Amino acid sequence: MSIRVRYFASLRETMGRAEESLAAEGLDTVAGVWKAVNRGLPMPANLLCAVNMEYARPETPVKDGDEVGFFPPVTGG
Amino acid sequence: MLLSDAPFDPWAWLGQFEKTLPPGKAGACAAFVGSLRDFNDGEEVQEMFLEHYPGMTERELEKLLTEARRRWPLLDARIVHRVGRVQPGETLVLAAAWSTHRGPACDACRFLIEELKRRAPLWKRESLSGASQRWVSGNSDGYAAV
Repeated sequence: MSIRVRYFASLRETMGRAEESLAAEGLDTVAGVWKAVNRGLPMPANLLCAVNMEYARPETPVKDGDEVGFFPPVTGG
Repeated sequence: MLLSDAPFDPWAWLGQFEKTLPPGKAGACAAFVGSLRDFNDGEEVQEMFLEHYPGMTERELEKLLTEARRRWPLLDARIVHRVGRVQPGETLVLAAAWSTHRGPACDACRFLIEELKRRAPLWKRESLSGASQRWVSGNSDGYAAV
């Protein structure tokens, strides 16, 4: 099993991919997932995140099988 | 809640939907219709692309409607939002609330559009003249800030 990581909008373009899969071992929070795909860099302050399509925070726990979404501030309406 | 990847006529949509409400009960309907301008921040906008997070966007919009129905005495409330490619002049969003009186209808409508802009996972990318593109930034601080 693993954690599915998804990126949207300008972040998707910056990352150069819409999603990826990470081995869940050693990943315990959203911030940990971000660091794992960004060479240990902390999450930007204005970045939004979701776990299993619910808004989350950097310290929100993650587990095997979860989907973690990262995206910039929303601009709908 | 409806996400539409095709143009829709908000006025025709409202007329059709009102036929499903019990006759003689809704003394008030408040609706917000947002459309795509052909200019923004001094640039000519030729087209817009609306990205969303399939699954989460629908969930957040449903949450907003549930909150509005809990907070105000509404007969009903609806949101229709475009996704994908949108042309100038086309409707981007319709938020509407029906109630016995104008107060709850107007307040709930304002709540829906402000909170949608603050919370719903949707992102606008403008296509400008000269084939350049830019992601829109800045939106709403939410209903509490109104």
